[in-house]
Amino acid sequence: MTAEEWTAVRLSLLVAVTAMAASLPPGIAIAWLLARGRFWGKSLLDTLVHLPLIMPPVVTGYLLLILFGKRGPIGEFLAQFGIVFAFRWTGAALACAVMGFPLMVRAIRLSIEAVDTRLESAAGTLGANPLWVFVTITLPLCLPGVIAGAILSFAKSMGEFGATITFVSNIPGETQTLPSAIYTFTQVPGGDAGALRLTAISVAISMIALLGSELLARRIGARRVAT
Amino acid sequence: MSLEVNVEHTRGSFHLAARFAAQPGVTALFGRSGAGKSSLVDIVAGLVKPQRGRIVIDGQTLVDTDKGIFVPRHRRRVGYVFQDSRLFPHLSVRQNLVYGRWFSRGEGGVAGDFGSIVDLLGIGPLIERRPDSLSGGEKQRVAIGRALLAHPKMLLMDEPLASLDEQRRAEILPYIERLRDIGVPILYVSHSVAEVARLATTVVILNAGKVTAVGPVLDILPLADASDGGSVLDAVVTDHDDTFQLTRLTSPAGELQVPRLSAAAGATVRAYIRSRDVMLSLHRPQEISALNVLTGKVAQIAESGAQADVRLDCNGATLVARLTAKSVQRLALAPGRPVFAVIKSVSFERT
Repeated sequence: MTAEEWTAVRLSLLVAVTAMAASLPPGIAIAWLLARGRFWGKSLLDTLVHLPLIMPPVVTGYLLLILFGKRGPIGEFLAQFGIVFAFRWTGAALACAVMGFPLMVRAIRLSIEAVDTRLESAAGTLGANPLWVFVTITLPLCLPGVIAGAILSFAKSMGEFGATITFVSNIPGETQTLPSAIYTFTQVPGGDAGALRLTAISVAISMIALLGSELLARRIGARRVAT
Repeated sequence: MSLEVNVEHTRGSFHLAARFAAQPGVTALFGRSGAGKSSLVDIVAGLVKPQRGRIVIDGQTLVDTDKGIFVPRHRRRVGYVFQDSRLFPHLSVRQNLVYGRWFSRGEGGVAGDFGSIVDLLGIGPLIERRPDSLSGGEKQRVAIGRALLAHPKMLLMDEPLASLDEQRRAEILPYIERLRDIGVPILYVSHSVAEVARLATTVVILNAGKVTAVGPVLDILPLADASDGGSVLDAVVTDHDDTFQLTRLTSPAGELQVPRLSAAAGATVRAYIRSRDVMLSLHRPQEISALNVLTGKVAQIAESGAQADVRLDCNGATLVARLTAKSVQRLALAPGRPVFAVIKSVSFERT
């Protein structure tokens, strides 16, 4: 394997983990709002969250470019604080986070909906305020869904291509993730060997992530039914 | 402890309009299912916000819709024991028990440290187990402990025995009696006359969302349910007859023999006698199988169709017999007439 290929692998992992970690807190918050909240504009929020799932990734990437680009309204504002997304690895992470967000929210929302609200009201009568009820009852009980959501987001990030390449291009060492690197290999003569190597690594990472989540979910499940 | 409730709440076609004040001890909310008992307890606990009304516990206003007061459930300090114990499945029994204690920081309300409450409820051996490995009766005892350890001002119990079989009920009732006897104020929801007769100090009868009667258990319970009326006698255990497995009781109305009780001699108990199990005779019956014959005078006759409830005054205690209108006429029963009431020992309700 060449140094360039290693860089792509490392960058992909960094982007995927960052995207997953950064979208987890808002993902849980929005999943909770959608599962338990009753407010005006709930279906609008629901649609907004699901939008990246339905739109062509290129469109999402282009919208990100318009909003978060150097001249974009949000990009320009954030640049004052030294936060730049355009053509940086952070931009790749943002694109991946946005693309994985609907999958993550969906998994967490379903598991929050499955938590018995009667347990939450019982915790309330025992003196726990709504935040403590969430932290001590709802969150531990929906943890398998949170893990599933996180893994989905991670997997989506590892494979994200369209939005990333549209938003932050394909710069080796900065924004060239695994899929972009594979794509580049397929565009040059004699790149098949490199493409195949990266494909094998991609398959291995996906399987390890899936297995890890299975093990984690099983351990949590076992702890819950253990006598 | 004092509890004042005066609330109105409409949900769908059901209208709840309840007003009562509870005295110290066990206040039983009694009524058929659908009478609004659980809604009323949910309102007291803060799980449901009433449309109109006022709730005051120990001088602290929890709800006053006129003044815009609504104390959220986590600041009410009422321990709620649910029909389905609602133990937290991801926590051990010990963690369930200390859950509320952590939030109350052990201030005020019902006193009692972890050890003494665990002993009181007999849940010491269960402490390291998981809730889903417990039996129904064990779960309910842990749920009671969990509510008590949150140091509540009072306990709300919503049919805590309804989901249990006869044997499990018998296993838990003594624990609830112990709580009552150490002075824990309890609002107890039930549709079982037997449970109410055994536990309650005050009875509130709820019928289709309205309070139809409030008062001491001895006065109110006979009115409780028209289809299955009865009377309550306070009695003291005299002694036990081990040969025939009977217990002799002394009550104001006279001596009673009932199936063997576990209570020791000298203990006070309550006997619940169903009206339909009482037979009347004008002469003292002789050579009869029934062991209990009480003397009394007819106080009042309430006829309804083919049946009549004859209220007797037995030495100051009230006993009700349900007869056919025909028997009332045949015996020429009228207020003031002395009669003998016959009750079979085997007909006593065991709770």
